[in-house]
Formats: sequence, C-alpha cells, structure tokens
Amino acid sequence: MLSRTADHLFWMSRYIERAENLARLLDVTYQMSLVPQSLDAANQNWHAIIALNSLDEAYAAKYAEVSGENVLHFMVSDPDNFSSIHSCLRMARENAHAVRGTLTTEMWETLNCTWLEAREKSFEQLLNAGIGEYFEWVKMRSSLSRGTTLGTLLQDEAYHFIRLGTLLERADNTARILDVKYHVLRRQDDEGASDFYEWGALLRSVSAFEVYRKVYRDVITPARVAELLIFNKDMPRSLQFCLNSVVKNLELVANGHSGETLRQAGMLNAQLRYGRIEDILEHGLHEWLTDFMDRIYLLGNGISKDFLVPTSEDA
Amino acid sequence: MNFYNEMVDAAGGVRTHYKGYDEWLRATPPERIERKRAEADLAFHRVGITFAVYGEEAGKERLIPFDIIPRIIPAAEWKSLHSGLRQRVKALNMFLHDVYHDQEILKAGKIPAEQVLNNAQYRPEMKGVDLPGGVYAHIAGVDIVRAGEGEFYVLEDNLRVPSGVSYMLEDRKMMMRLFPELFARHKVAPVQHYPDMLLEKLRAVAPKGVSNPTVVVLTPGAYNSAYFEHTFLAQQMGVELVEGRDLFVKDEVVYMRTTQGPQRVDVIYRRIDDDFLDPLAFRADSSLGVPGILKAYQAGNVTLSNAIGTGVADDKSIYPYVPDMIRFYLGEEPSLNNVPTYMCRKPDDLAYVLANLAELVVKEVHGAGGYGMLVGPASTRAQIEHFRQLLLAKPDGYIAQPTLALSNCPTFVEEGIAPRHLDLRPFVLSSGRCVDMVPGGLSRVALTRGSLVVNSSQGGGTKDTWVLEN
Repeated sequence: MLSRTADHLFWMSRYIERAENLARLLDVTYQMSLVPQSLDAANQNWHAIIALNSLDEAYAAKYAEVSGENVLHFMVSDPDNFSSIHSCLRMARENAHAVRGTLTTEMWETLNCTWLEAREKSFEQLLNAGIGEYFEWVKMRSSLSRGTTLGTLLQDEAYHFIRLGTLLERADNTARILDVKYHVLRRQDDEGASDFYEWGALLRSVSAFEVYRKVYRDVITPARVAELLIFNKDMPRSLQFCLNSVVKNLELVANGHSGETLRQAGMLNAQLRYGRIEDILEHGLHEWLTDFMDRIYLLGNGISKDFLVPTSEDA
Repeated sequence: MNFYNEMVDAAGGVRTHYKGYDEWLRATPPERIERKRAEADLAFHRVGITFAVYGEEAGKERLIPFDIIPRIIPAAEWKSLHSGLRQRVKALNMFLHDVYHDQEILKAGKIPAEQVLNNAQYRPEMKGVDLPGGVYAHIAGVDIVRAGEGEFYVLEDNLRVPSGVSYMLEDRKMMMRLFPELFARHKVAPVQHYPDMLLEKLRAVAPKGVSNPTVVVLTPGAYNSAYFEHTFLAQQMGVELVEGRDLFVKDEVVYMRTTQGPQRVDVIYRRIDDDFLDPLAFRADSSLGVPGILKAYQAGNVTLSNAIGTGVADDKSIYPYVPDMIRFYLGEEPSLNNVPTYMCRKPDDLAYVLANLAELVVKEVHGAGGYGMLVGPASTRAQIEHFRQLLLAKPDGYIAQPTLALSNCPTFVEEGIAPRHLDLRPFVLSSGRCVDMVPGGLSRVALTRGSLVVNSSQGGGTKDTWVLEN
C-alpha cells in the first residue's frame, strides 16, 4: 500500500477517535459541572481541558475568562481551534477525501455526511437542543464509522493502519481523561466530598460504568477505577486493551525496519499486562500517566517514520 | 434557426426510439418525478460526486446538474457513430506515430510541416521513441454534436487527459437506482464495464517483458477539478491512486513508495498535463510531477497513458486536417464529418471571419473547457468587438467555425421541461490494433436557454445516454 495512503488512513481514524473522545471528555465535564460546587472549582475543571490540550495561548487570544460556555464553544465549534470537535471532523473528512478510493462507499459516505451535518450545526443551535445530545451524536457517528469499517472493509493493510490510528489515539485519550479527572476527584475526596455521581460520570465517559459493576460487583473506589481503565484486558477503552491490539496490528504490517517500533510497543504492552495498580499508585499515577503518554507519542512517531512518511528513497 | 429535437420530430410526433420513455413520462405523476429528482441531488451530494471550479473559492465543490431525461440513441445510429469513431481514432494514433517518426504525412505535403513541428504541443523529446503497440492516445474523448437527421459532426478530439467518464457511469447508476422500471421496458446497452475495459487496455500496453504489470492512476491531487473521477477510476480498476510525490525514479525506473518499501510501477494512467509531468524536462516549477520520469519513459521502462505529445493531434489548428489523415493512413473516406473551419492565420479566412463575426463561433487554438471562445449569435456587440481586436492582434491564435444548429433534447429546467442543446462525448480506448468503446458516452447539456456551451465549468449538466439494442 502507498505510504501516503496509509498515512491518510492512520490520521483519518485518529481524528475520528479524537472527536469522539473529546465529546466524551466534554460531556463528563459538563455533567460534573451540574453538581453543586463553587464557581471556582467548576471553572478549574473547564480550564483543565484547555490545559490538557496545551491550548492556553490560543484560548486566551479569544476569550477573556474561563467559563463553561466559552470552553464548550472553543472546543466544540470553533473552526480556528484545530483541536475542536468541528476541526477533527473536518480533518477526518479531508483525510478520507484524499484516499476515498481506498475506503468502501459506506465508509466514505459516513464520514462525508458526518462532516456535512456538522458543518450545518451552529453552536447556538447545539446549546438550544442540549449540548449533551450533540455529544451523543458525535459518539454515534464515530461508532458508525467504526462499524462500517469493520463491516465492509477488506481486512488488509488499510484496515490495520486504521486500527493503529484508532487505538493509539484512544490510549492517549483514556490516559488523558484519567489523568485530569482522577486528580480533581481525589482532591474533592480529600475534602470529604467523595461522590458516587462524579466517579460514575468518569466511568461513563469511557463507557465503563456497567463494566465496573460487572467486574468488581462492589462500591466505586478511585484505585479500582484506575485499575480498570489501565489494566483491564477486555475493556475496549483500557490502556491494556489498546496496546495489546496495537502490537497485534503492528505485527501484521511489519516491514524490514519496523523492528524497533514493535519492540517499544511490546515493552509497553508487557508493562500493562504484568503491572499492578498498587505499584503505580505508590509512585504516583500522574507521573506514570505522563510517561505513558510520552511513550504513546514516540510510538506514533515510530510508525510514521517506518511506514507512513519514508524519508529515503531506498527505504 | 431550426433545431433538431432528439425526442420530437418536426411534425410534433414523438420519435420511435423515444416512444417508450414518453409513455412512461406521461404516466408518471409529477410529484414522483419531483421526489426522485430531489433524491438524486441528495445522493450525488452524499456520494460526493462533485467537481471543483477554477476561479472560485479554493476547495469549493459543486455538483454537476444531472437531468433525468435520458439522451436516447437508436442502434443503427450508434453503429455508424461507432465505426466512424474507430476510424477517426485509429488515424489519429497513426498520425501521432508518424509525426514522431518518419513524418510521411508531412513529406507528402498533406499538412504543412511548420503547422506540426512549430506547434507548442509538438514534443521533440518524443522523436524516435517507440511505444508499445504504437499507440499514443489510449483514451480519447471525441466530442460529437448533431445538426440534423443522421448529420453528426466532430467538434474536437480530446487526446490529452479527457475527463467525464465517471459521470457517464454515475449517471447510469443513478438512473437505474431512481427508475429501475425504465430499464425493464427498454433494452439499454450496458456501460458499467468501462473500468474493466480500461484496465485491460492499460495492461496491454505495459513495457515489453512485463507479464503482470503494476498499473497506477496519477492525479494532481484532491483539489483538482476532476479528482472525484481519478479516485473513482482507480477504485473501480482496483489500482493505486498516486500523486507525484508518491513516485520516484531511480536508474530510469519508476517506483512508488509503499509501506513495504519501493515497488516498481509499469503503467501510469496519468491525469496530469505534459507540462507538469517532469520538472526536470518540462515546467521546472511543477510540484505535481515526478523528476526524471521522461528519461524512464524514453528508455521504455514505463508506459504513460496517454503518451507525451498527443496534444499535437487534437490542437484546433490541426483539427481541420483530420479528414486528410484518415484518407492518407487508412485510404478510406471519413465517415464522421468535421465542422468546416476557418484558419485565421490564412489572410482570406481571417477576412471572412472578421466580416462575419456575428454568425461564427471563434475559438482559441489552444483553449479548452469552453473558456476563451466567442459564440457570435449569442454575443453582445461589445463582446464581438473585443474578439475582433483579439483576432487582429494574434490571428494565428484562433479558428472560426459556422455556428452549428446543435440538436436539443427535452430537459428539466426551472420552468418545466424545455429543449436544451447537447453534445456527446464517447470514450474511445485503444491498444495496438484494438480500438473499442462502451456504447454511448457522456451527454452534456447546456442548461441556459439558447446556450450552445455545454462544459460543466460553464454551468452545463449531464444526462444518462442510452444506446438501444435491437
């Protein structure tokens, strides 16, 4: 397969997944903002989303202050913000457009329609209709793309690169959600405000609420939430699940010089497979997650260099 | 002017080959038709069958209007068009081979040598280069119009990168989806095998010794006006769609960059003009092409389709000589008409043209796509004066032709069903001796009342084209 084609497919799926995860993150933040709390605490939660995406400067250039509505506007509909859901859906469609011949008709039509529909929705309309409904829509459109991919695409290299993009992006995003929310919630716990609803919202943001119940059949504790999102090998949005699939897909597309990238992925996977939550919490979850996200970033670079953007003609 | 109507004869009766459609149209409630037309619009948008318009906002995509009244061609009429097209394209390919080799036709004085050799489209780089099967224009899009009963004219031969075939195929798909019952009551010759036919032709002209050639489609990229077509054809043929940056040349061999390393490429169906193909040989500022590809081509290590330098045969200054080519190479009388053409570089012709501007169509010799032309009878006095100045300044840049009474066909427009002018572009495929085409082609229709310009860039639409089987 053409390197450029693989590159577009990889990024197409990353942007779809990014849009979905952003919707999840914004949704959980929005829901958490609805429980009684100080305005300061609420705005801190909103600001965390800006900080998480390293968008402080771009945000400050547009808005004087941090507020729920401003952050939502910026992260949902702002076409100038390259990290907004709007931009992600556009980029997903543009990448798909560049390789539409490689996609099945159903996949292309799904992505094209998603973008055409998204383009029509103004932020005011979204607010009026209930922003939660929009987040649901984004998630459903993402599910639909994944579904058409699984249901119609030949499972050759194209499929593997699409999967790689999805899984790397998801691993990164789950780590981010956990990082930002875990600490907010722990802080509140320490103040004696442990809240079933807030932990519930975090779990729901990664569709893990019912899963938690099934796995632990017990009350929700922060350590178990972290354990579930990091180590559970069967939950599609956990880090272990993502890395395990990354390794599988990497093995399927391996070429003469992708050995090092595969080794790195394998090491990270082994850590997730044999690690324990107690060890991580002891050394600090935040530090561990930061390191994890760095390594995911390097994996992405490795894949890019090995397959997608070959630098030398003899490569 | 009296125009030939494809559907209705001069006495107002419906022509035999349109009777079935006419009955259906009368029996179908207008609401259903309206609903189906809306459905077609939606479907074209969703599928993204769009084209970009030059000069408009970058990246903006527009739909080409699709009309649900088909252009129907009876079997006998197609049979004669078919053989005329084969004859014409065969001669054009022989002409191209000749002018890049022994130049017999120039020696015989049939065409003034300077018209060919000084033509900007003549590529001296191609002299003495032998091509597989001696074929230059593997894909030709010949524009044909009708002026009367059995009276067809070739308007131009597009031998560089003719486009539009994807609309021909999508129009058929759309008609079958919207009105399947119509196909049950008509014997419409199928066209959907075009991509197979094309792939077969491309494989047949692979470099010598290559038994299982790797074929690719080369596109200028997603912002090209015909990008949809490029992706469509690559997908339908099951070959890679590449851009210039995906290819590189090493030791006069072309490779594409793949996830598994370099892979050799044997046949390139390129949708990039000659000028942009190789920055080392042609326009140095081209970022669309592949440095060194000309050398690889001259060495016979890769086939380009169409060949470099085909423009010299479809140039408007060469067009008037095509009938002579047919006589010269095939010893046959041309069965398709040429439109009588005044070459403004000739003083007599120029004088005639200047005296009759209001009656004539004037075209730029190197123009294409309906840009830079004057349709005398449809133009204002100021436009005509403007062209007079252009002609006086650069007479050899123009040709002129009588305004043909282009046939028209009933078409859905805002005020209901009304006749609109149309043309036909069959796509003729050649490899070696074998010249072939799917029945019909793309029918383009001028949606503006009275307009004779059917190009999509000028607001033209398309119709499904039915060749009826007996």
